[in-house]
Amino acid sequence: MEKINQIKSSGIPLPIEHIDTDQIIPARFLKSTSKEGFGENLFRDWRYNNAELNTDFVLNDPKFKGSILVAGHNFGCGSSREHAAWAIHDYGFRAVVSSEFADIFKGNAMNNGLLPIEVSTDYLQALTTAIYNNPETQIEIDLQSQTIAFEGEVYNFEIDGFKKQCLLDGKVEFDYLVEMHDAIEAYENNRSF
Amino acid sequence: MSKTLFDKLWDSHVVKTFDNGPSVFYIDRHYIHEVTSPQAFQGLEEKGLKVFRPEQIIATADHNVPTLNQDQPIKDPLSANQVSMLTENCAKHGIKYYPLGSEYQGIVHVIGPEMGFTLPGMTIVCGDSHTSTHGAFGCIAFGIGTSQVEQVLASQCLMLSKPKTMRINVNGTLKAGVLSKDVILHIIAKLGTGGATGHFVEYAGSTFEAMSMEERMTVCNMSIEMGARGGLVAPDQTTFDYIAATPYGPKGEDFDKSVEYWKTLKSDDNAPFDKEIHIDASDIEPMITYGTNPGMGINIFQAVPTDEQDQELKKSLNYMGLEPGESLLGKQVDYVFIGSCTNSRIEDLRIAAEYVKGKQKADHVTCWIVPGSKQVEKQAMEEGLDTIFQNAGIRMRQPGCSACLAMNEDKIPEGKLCVSTSNRNFEGRQGQGARTILASPLTAIAAAVHGKIWTADEAIARNQSSVESLSS
Ligand code: SF4
Repeated sequence: MEKINQIKSSGIPLPIEHIDTDQIIPARFLKSTSKEGFGENLFRDWRYNNAELNTDFVLNDPKFKGSILVAGHNFGCGSSREHAAWAIHDYGFRAVVSSEFADIFKGNAMNNGLLPIEVSTDYLQALTTAIYNNPETQIEIDLQSQTIAFEGEVYNFEIDGFKKQCLLDGKVEFDYLVEMHDAIEAYENNRSF
Repeated sequence: MSKTLFDKLWDSHVVKTFDNGPSVFYIDRHYIHEVTSPQAFQGLEEKGLKVFRPEQIIATADHNVPTLNQDQPIKDPLSANQVSMLTENCAKHGIKYYPLGSEYQGIVHVIGPEMGFTLPGMTIVCGDSHTSTHGAFGCIAFGIGTSQVEQVLASQCLMLSKPKTMRINVNGTLKAGVLSKDVILHIIAKLGTGGATGHFVEYAGSTFEAMSMEERMTVCNMSIEMGARGGLVAPDQTTFDYIAATPYGPKGEDFDKSVEYWKTLKSDDNAPFDKEIHIDASDIEPMITYGTNPGMGINIFQAVPTDEQDQELKKSLNYMGLEPGESLLGKQVDYVFIGSCTNSRIEDLRIAAEYVKGKQKADHVTCWIVPGSKQVEKQAMEEGLDTIFQNAGIRMRQPGCSACLAMNEDKIPEGKLCVSTSNRNFEGRQGQGARTILASPLTAIAAAVHGKIWTADEAIARNQSSVESLSS
């Protein structure tokens, strides 16, 4: 996994609550057996009205660009499909900002170098408004210091310390687990039930 | 210190805890299916690794399979490819696999319990969020992403931080016509779709104690729909009796020893929960959803909420083609789907059959009844349920996820209204533009017969005054 620390970019606003993984990547696109190419169908049924581009949808609005998605509350609820994280990353996003993430999505995102940044409702609102007022608004994320900032408004976000180190080092949980076979075997042999 | 059941199960499965970090958490049982596993096997192979504990894995094909003519090759080449990759991966790594055509194939969360592979005290994962279903047996069971599937394949462990705990107490007797599906829809409507995020739920109280295992599975299944990591019910005699009747559950002395252990699996008195809620069973009526997430539910005699300021409500109702303040009882429906890992077990089919016996499906309604597994299908045929459905004009199909997520051909057409026993009413979940109303199997079959949103006779009679005011 690529290391991740600082992200500086404009943001794309999508202030809808409870965006579920079926919207992020509809089930009919889950038939692939590789991890690549899902970005093409990210938010497919919002981006297109059948085959036609839905010009009202924010991803089709050339005003808004950038690698930070600024979404609504409870982002990523629903199915456990990691394809949702793959699709967002593949499309070019490196961070999603929301006031709450669904648990499985949050884990999936971090396992794929996509930063889920949880901020307060007020901060989220202020950030969203700032982007609508000026789509060029620069957002700066610094993982090491756990800060997100725009127009001088700084927010300290929480992140699991272990996950943070993984992201900074470009390491994944997998690397730790496969080194632990002896301890796992010992656990198996010592179980009393 | 007194502990919750969740705490006990958690503690006994921790291999190691990193300082101020996550725990290495041991997984007893891993279920896999064709959609979320191929990339995990591929990752393993790229690293030149083997599956660590193949004997603890059970595989089946369910998400992507047709529900008619299962004896013929799968027509869609992409679906066929996913299923054949699963077949190959299982053969290569020595994993027990129940493919199409096997007597035990079915939806992963239906077959695991019915075969006795899901047992109290276990930790269970699957690359599918409704793995929470297995919590009905007193398990820590939860859905994981594909990277985690790969981790479990390689090490039988995951790196996890401990979630918070929540207890949902429901006490009292359910009214006639109110099923376990209504209980969980009621809870989710109360808490909202993110109301239990970060928590693991224990369902407690006399209402759950009185439920069958299948009813408890329906409840635990939908824990994820309020954001919970999972949900569980402490095992009891109902659980032990159910397991005793499974083909692969422990037998003889083994069973007796297991029961001794299983009996210890409950929360201590005064065990602290981070959050606790109480619900009176007699407040629950048959439930339906009106919006595009499972938290947008009302009892069937209530009207769709009105809140001019609520943008989410506006967007949902627009998608659903519904008006604020509208009453849904009596509204014409186009499709009825009885199936999915929430409500496709034999008791669900019995409920539907009993209601529809001697009646006819409304002409304009397309009704799909999809059993959850080959075993459920077989049992339904032995009991003559398929004939009852046929006489009512409904064809029972073959097992699979079907219109729950519409990955196969079973799609609800754009703009059509479907009363469904599945667990998600998200936009497009049952097909592009499809409109889903979640309900119990009883409410679903009543809709199929009446051709409109309707429910159990007893519930209608009990609410006669509101029914009359609706029609006036
Ligand atoms: S029936 Fe639906 S919810 Fe259940 S496993 Fe299949 S797709 Fe998932």
